[in-house]
Amino acid sequence: MSPRMFYIAFNTFREAVRDRVLYNLIAFAVLLSGAAIFVGQISIQIERLVVVNLGLTAVSLFGIVIAIFIGIGLVSKEIEKRTLYTMLSRPVRRWEFIVGKFLGLAGTLMVNTFFMAIGVFGALLYVAHKFTAPDALILVALYFIILEFLIICALALLFSSFSSPLLSAVFAFSLFVIGSFADDLRGFAALTHGLTRWLATGAAYLVPNFSALNVISAVAHAQPIGLQLILQNTLYALFYTAMTLSAAVLIFERRNLK
Amino acid sequence: MTAAQRTTVIASGCLAVSMVACILLLQHIDEIRPPAAVDDALYVNSPKLLKRASLGFDGLMACIYWTRAVQYFGERHFNHAASYNELAPLLEITTALDPHLLPAYQFGASFLAPNPPNGAGQPDRAIQLMRFGIAHNPDNWRLYYNLGFVYYTELKDYEKASQVFEEGSEVPGANSLMKVLAAKMAFHAGDLATARLLWSSTYESTQDSYVRANAIEHLRAIKVDEDVTNLQAAVTRFGERTGQLPTSMAELAAAEHFRGIPTDPDGHPYRLTSDGRIEVQNPDDFNFLTKGLPRGYKPPALPQFHHRE
Amino acid sequence: MAAIEILGLEKTYMVGFWQKRPKRALQPLHLAVEEGEIFGFLGPNGAGKTTTLKLLMGLVFPTAGTARILGHEWTDPAIKAQIGFLPEQPYFYDYLTAHELLDYYGQLSGVPGKERKHKVEEVLQRVGLTDVKGVQLRKFSKGMLQRVGIAQAILHNPRVVFFDEPMSGLDPLGRREVRDLIEQLKHEGKTVFFSTHILPDAEALCDRVAIIHKGELRGVGAVADLTSTVQGKVEVIWHGTQIPASMKALGAECHVTGETVRAIVPEKQQDAAIDALRRERLRLIAITPLRTSLEAYFVEKLQHSQTTAGTRS
Repeated sequence: MSPRMFYIAFNTFREAVRDRVLYNLIAFAVLLSGAAIFVGQISIQIERLVVVNLGLTAVSLFGIVIAIFIGIGLVSKEIEKRTLYTMLSRPVRRWEFIVGKFLGLAGTLMVNTFFMAIGVFGALLYVAHKFTAPDALILVALYFIILEFLIICALALLFSSFSSPLLSAVFAFSLFVIGSFADDLRGFAALTHGLTRWLATGAAYLVPNFSALNVISAVAHAQPIGLQLILQNTLYALFYTAMTLSAAVLIFERRNLK
Repeated sequence: MTAAQRTTVIASGCLAVSMVACILLLQHIDEIRPPAAVDDALYVNSPKLLKRASLGFDGLMACIYWTRAVQYFGERHFNHAASYNELAPLLEITTALDPHLLPAYQFGASFLAPNPPNGAGQPDRAIQLMRFGIAHNPDNWRLYYNLGFVYYTELKDYEKASQVFEEGSEVPGANSLMKVLAAKMAFHAGDLATARLLWSSTYESTQDSYVRANAIEHLRAIKVDEDVTNLQAAVTRFGERTGQLPTSMAELAAAEHFRGIPTDPDGHPYRLTSDGRIEVQNPDDFNFLTKGLPRGYKPPALPQFHHRE
Repeated sequence: MAAIEILGLEKTYMVGFWQKRPKRALQPLHLAVEEGEIFGFLGPNGAGKTTTLKLLMGLVFPTAGTARILGHEWTDPAIKAQIGFLPEQPYFYDYLTAHELLDYYGQLSGVPGKERKHKVEEVLQRVGLTDVKGVQLRKFSKGMLQRVGIAQAILHNPRVVFFDEPMSGLDPLGRREVRDLIEQLKHEGKTVFFSTHILPDAEALCDRVAIIHKGELRGVGAVADLTSTVQGKVEVIWHGTQIPASMKALGAECHVTGETVRAIVPEKQQDAAIDALRRERLRLIAITPLRTSLEAYFVEKLQHSQTTAGTRS
């Protein structure tokens, strides 16, 4: 394995930090602590539910917005600003650049999520005064959220490798929304007939399946999550990410940098 | 092979393998997860909350929930499930999101009220749903029709049914049938002819394949009920005339000048038992029979729709 | 061994909304640059210089043709450690400081960790960037960025260096420094391939030049050959306004400008001309063989192409 990938990843992380991306943590902290104090005063019994639901949803949404907004610029911005010229005239392979950028963005999001997770558990402790066994499930939900980030990062990077930032953002957001309804899409596909069915089923299986990765409400209600689901979701996210990155590499390898 | 070609080959291979793996995994994941429709209905079962949470996209959400309701029913029906607990919440959410989504009411009228396995067995929820629909769409006579229908078929409350049909007939543009039904309820409520009128107008007024199939099933049963009633009367006439029971269907047919041996809607001849009862040959093929069933017959747990349109 | 061999590289871009209309950016180009040379790649703006450099760097892919750098296929990733590249109007990650950027690029070029710190300092010194520690590149002027660009191109001690318009954006002093630096690189045995549209720079620095115009190679040659003496004439300049009659007898064309006189005489008459001046006690200022300038050659090549292009169309 070439260390260059990791140098690129580190530099991508450094860029995010210097562009003050982690400042979103402040907004997150304000939102969560506000909610914790607020529900603690006005409602009884559902404090935990609110904190878990709101906290995890915010972790997910903040991360998705960051993933998309950084991801769409990862390649196109470097082409536009011509910073790629001095990169690719070095012994840096194009695929190393793509994979390195992906690792950097994924790493940024993991660090971000780590701090947010501390926030969620802190808020939980504030409203519930102690941790209980079902709280461990929150870790599973956070893990799934990170898997979701991997897929979104890869998709944003894929679009960035051939399209303008604005279009990439539109594509990535659409796929996020469609992917959240992936279950329904497969259901709809099953209701159609003939050629439509083939096309619809194909499309339904190709869009990212975020619905299986969203276990926030189940976790909020302390419903157990099977080991099988954890395992298969992990594999799914990794394969989907690999698929998307491969496509990005195939496109970028052929791209003329005008 | 150059470095670039090698990259292309590896990336293409990785792409293909990952794509296949994703599809296979997705099928596994679908198997180990509860179906989406049920899941979501359980978590978010407050229509008002959902309407707020849909951030103005309630029309789209209504369409999604409506599709989920149909899927939920279709899937459970296909798997011969004995309960449809989430059907009412799904329809209530759908109509709360979009109170003008009329197919949802008609669907509810057909499948919320009947007892399992043909429906959810919740006539109260069905009536509640219709009343909600009428309140939001007072100009639509079909909703009165649907409501009256529930009173008639499930609750056998002919007085209420008549009243509702009457109300509906006063809506501008209402089908003249509504007046007829209102009148029939008062005097001929138990008639098979009235039942036939109701089901055939249900059949004609809908596009929904489940509702249509259900109407056909009822019409088939009504046809058998009518045939059996008529044939049973013929047996009685035969007995009064000759002092004994006919020994075979052929003998009865000859005496009554039938054209051939009478058959059920599937084309199977009716059977005559030795004690003079008329029976259908395959009672399992009819879901809603009240007559012509073999003695001691128990309906199967798994009803089937006959899709013949 | 040739440091750079360009074997028929050509590039046609597809333009228009559906990318259907072909636009030739570079005609098939054949060119060889020897190791240790300073090679100037000359042409007006938009001639195809940058396209050629991008092709060589693997930033765009040729429609046809191939190239070899230091004897290896030009796409060979291994060769990239041996070359340095300064793009036109370079731009870098502006959130980094010059030290961080060079350290990062050093990592990517495989400069070992121990040497890197030292090398970065050395190379910054060399391009004249001192006192930039802790300053992000977004605060750099255009000339400073150009210097950073040169620094990153030579940081990893490459054998072949490609500069695209290295003097642009620099003040006269800066130009002078870059010129000196390029000469130093030559003394270190490196091959320098640079593009420019500023002819005096090329004339002062290059061993050989190529002239490209409208994507087509118009001429290649050693600077000394291209600017060789014309018809064996010399230029004689002396102080004063007086023109000796014997000088006129030699057939000289004389021009008086201010306090000096310029006369052009055949090389064979050089001694006779000096004698004539001596007889009149006029003070000789200079006597130089007359050469065509690179500029004259350049203009001739461009005009030649325009007339041939004109007759072709």
